[in-house]
Amino acid sequence: MANPKEAVKEKSMVIQKEMLAKQFSELSKAKETGKKVCYTFVPGNLIELIMAFDMLPVYPEINALQSGMRKKSGGYIKDAEKVGHSEDVCTYVKCDIGMFLNGNIGPTGEKLPEPDLLLLSYTGCFTFLKWFENLNRLYPNAEVAMLHTPYQEDGKITQEQIDYMVKQLKEEVIPKFEKVTGKKFDPAKLTGLLQNSVEAENYWVKILEMAKNKPSPIDAYFAGVYYMGPINTSFRGSPECVEYYKELYKEVKERADKKLLPVTPEGEMEKERFRLVVEGPPNWTNFREFWKIFYDLGAVIVASTYTKVGGVYDQGYRQDPSKPLESIATYCMGCYTNLNLPQRVDLIEKYVKEYKADGFLINSIKSCNSFSAGQLMIMREIEQRTGVPVGFIESDLVDPRYFSYANIKNRLESYFQMLEQRKIILEQEQVQA
Amino acid sequence: MDALQKVLNYCEETAFDLDFKKAKQWKSAAKNRVLVGYLPIYFPREIVHAVNGLAVGVMGAGDRKQIIKGDAYYQSYICHLPRGVVEMALDNNLNDFDGFVFPAICDCVRNLSGMFKLVKKGKFQRYFDYPQNFTPETGGVFYRHELEKILDDTFKVNGLKTSVEALNKAIGLFNRNRKLIEEIYDIRQLFPWRLSAVDTYHVLRAGLAMPVEEHNVILEEVLGHISKERGEEMDNIRVVVSGSFCEQPPVGLIKSIEMAGCYIVDDDFILGSRWIQGAINDTSSDPLGAITDAFLNQSTFASCYYDVGNPKGKRLVELAKRRKADGVVFSAASFCDPALLDRPEMQKECDAAGIPHVNFQFHENTGQFKVIKEQAGTFSDSIKLWS
Repeated sequence: MANPKEAVKEKSMVIQKEMLAKQFSELSKAKETGKKVCYTFVPGNLIELIMAFDMLPVYPEINALQSGMRKKSGGYIKDAEKVGHSEDVCTYVKCDIGMFLNGNIGPTGEKLPEPDLLLLSYTGCFTFLKWFENLNRLYPNAEVAMLHTPYQEDGKITQEQIDYMVKQLKEEVIPKFEKVTGKKFDPAKLTGLLQNSVEAENYWVKILEMAKNKPSPIDAYFAGVYYMGPINTSFRGSPECVEYYKELYKEVKERADKKLLPVTPEGEMEKERFRLVVEGPPNWTNFREFWKIFYDLGAVIVASTYTKVGGVYDQGYRQDPSKPLESIATYCMGCYTNLNLPQRVDLIEKYVKEYKADGFLINSIKSCNSFSAGQLMIMREIEQRTGVPVGFIESDLVDPRYFSYANIKNRLESYFQMLEQRKIILEQEQVQA
Repeated sequence: MDALQKVLNYCEETAFDLDFKKAKQWKSAAKNRVLVGYLPIYFPREIVHAVNGLAVGVMGAGDRKQIIKGDAYYQSYICHLPRGVVEMALDNNLNDFDGFVFPAICDCVRNLSGMFKLVKKGKFQRYFDYPQNFTPETGGVFYRHELEKILDDTFKVNGLKTSVEALNKAIGLFNRNRKLIEEIYDIRQLFPWRLSAVDTYHVLRAGLAMPVEEHNVILEEVLGHISKERGEEMDNIRVVVSGSFCEQPPVGLIKSIEMAGCYIVDDDFILGSRWIQGAINDTSSDPLGAITDAFLNQSTFASCYYDVGNPKGKRLVELAKRRKADGVVFSAASFCDPALLDRPEMQKECDAAGIPHVNFQFHENTGQFKVIKEQAGTFSDSIKLWS
C-alpha cells in the first residue's frame, strides 16, 4: 500500500485552496449575510446565472467526492442504506443522503446551509433527476427549478433544442431565481460574467493541450481533476477564475519549456514511460494510492474524458456573451456525458491520435451508469480504430467497498507490461523498416 | 382445452417469441410496411400505426435466451435488460426491423441507443427524449418535435406521410386497446381468480408484438370469458406490484408471488400499454397535438418521470387504495437506479398511509423464487393474521 509523503504544492494550488476556503467561509456565513444558496450539479451547471443573482452554489456531488477523499463516504453510504437505499444505486446520491442524515457537515467541518433553490439541470445523467427528487423531500422548503437538457442523441445540437432550453430558462429557471433572491434578472451582468468565462476557457484549453508535448508537463486526469475544479464548479465567470488559469498556464508552460514531467503528490515524475488516454471518473476514496500506481510506473495521462464533464472546450466550444441564454443552453448540451456513444468514441479516438497515446484505459465506475453503460463497446471500438492496447479496471466513485487496491494494481501492471512489449515490437519494426 | 386457454396459450407464445415472427409476417404481407422496435416503457404507437407501421415492444430476452454476447457488452453491475436486447440484436432476432426507438428511461437505455447506432442495427435508431417540462408551450413543443422526428425516420423508410384521418383512426384503436385492458384490470380487482397475473401478463405482452386491431379482438375475447365466473376464489391478500416498469420480471417471479398467497390486482409490468390514463381525443384536427396533450396531462407515474409537485409515492398510495389492495410489493430489477432510488420514499408514503409492503429484487432471467415465495408468503400470512 502507498505510504503518502507530504504533498508538493505549486502556486496555482495555493490560489485554488484560497478560493475554496473563501467559498466555504461564505457558505458558512450565508445565514448571517443573507446570501441565498443554490444546490446544483457540476455537468452543465449554470454558475454564471447563479453568480448573476449573487447566490452561493453548493454541488452535492462535490460534497460526496470530498467525503470520499476524507474517508467519510463509507459511513454515509451505510447510513443511506439503513434508510432503505439499495446497494446497487449511485453512491454519490447515497453519500449525499448519508451526509444529510449526519447533520450536513461539509468538507471544512462546518454545517452547510440549506438550499433556497434546488436547480436541477440533469445534463447527461438521468440519476440526477432522482437525486433531486430525494433532495426535494429532504428540503421541502426550497424552491425547485428544473432545466431539462436534451441529449445529443443525433450527435448534434439543433436550434429546436436550443429554443427549448432558452424557453425553460426564461419561463422556469430565471423566474425561480428572481423569486428566491428578490432580484430582477440583469442580462448585462450575465454577459460580463460570460466574458470572464471565455477568458478562463481559453487558458484551460491551452493548458490541456500542453499534454501534446513529449514529455507531457501535466497529468490530465489525476492532476486534471484539480485543474478543472474552478472552471467546472463555482468560479467560472469570476475574475479570480481567470487569474487562476493564467497562473496555472504560466506554470505549465514553464514546465513544458524545461521539458519537465508532471508534478505528483510526491514530487516531479522523472520518466514518461507510457502516455495514456483515460475514460471515466476516478475513484475518490483511494485517490492518492490509485494515482501512485500510475506515477510509480511512469504512466502519464495525456487526455481524459472525465475532465470534459464540465464542457468539451478543447473541441472549440466557447461561451458566447453576445447571446447569453443561447450560450448557456449550448454549453449544457455540449458536456461530455450529454454526447451520444458514437460521439464519445470519436472524441476518444481523436485524443488517442492527437496526444500520441500508447494506450487507452477505462476506469469503469460501478455506480455510474451514465459513464459505464457501453464502455466495453467503446473499448473495442477504440482498439479497432487506433490499434493501441486498451485496459479495463473497475472501481467506484465513493464506496470504499468497491476499491480493491491489489486487483487494480495487478491489472494495471499486466496492462503496462503489454504496453511495454508493444513498444519494443514497434521499435523493432521501425529499425527493420 | 377451453377457448380461453387457447387464447392464453397463443398470447404466451406470441409474447415470448423472441424472433417476432408474427410482426415480421405482418410486415411481409404488404408493401411499404414498417417495423419499429421500441424499448420499454411508453411510446406513442399511434404515430407508427398511422404511417403503415407496427411498433413492436422489445422487452428483453427474459429467461428465454442464454446471454453470451450481451455479457461482453455490459459489465456485471449494469441491469440485465440491455444485455438481452444486444444478444437479440447480434443473434439476428431483430432482423427485418426498420428502426428502433429508445424512450428516455435511464442512462443505460440512453447509452444502448448509441450502441445500436454504432452497430448500425436497423435503418434508424432514435433516442426518444421525454420532456421533463410539462407546459404545452415548452415541453409540449419539444415532445411534438420528438414525434415528428420518428415520422421523418419512417418517411425515409417507406415514403409515407401521415394524415389527420390515419392518426385519428390509430388513436381510436389504441384508445380501445387501453380501455379494454383497463376493463380487464377492473374485473381482476374484484375477481382476481378469474385470470391469473401471469395470464394477464401474457395477454398484455402479446399485444406489443401484433397489430392493435388483432390485440383488441383478443382482449374482447378475454374480457368475455372473465366477465363470467370461472376459477375458484382463494384466501389470498390483494397486492399492487411496483418497480418493474422497464426490465420485466421473469414469469416465475410473478407466479411465485401468486402462489405465495397474493392476488396481484395492479402492477407496472408492460406499463407503456397503460401509460396514458383515459382516452386521447380522436376527432381532433391536430392529432399530434392531442397525443402531445395526453402525454403532458394524462401520463401515469413511473420512476423515469419527474414528479416534483405530483410525487409518485402519493400516487402509488392512491392506486393501492383504489384497487383496495392489502399491501404493496416493491419489485425492482437489480441495478435499476430509477426504481431503487424511488423505493425508500415510496415506502415512506406507504408507511404513512398504513399500507404494508415487502421488497424483492430480480434480474429478467433469474430470481431467487424460493426465497421470494417464502417472503411473499410470510407477507401474506402476516396481513391475514394481524391486519
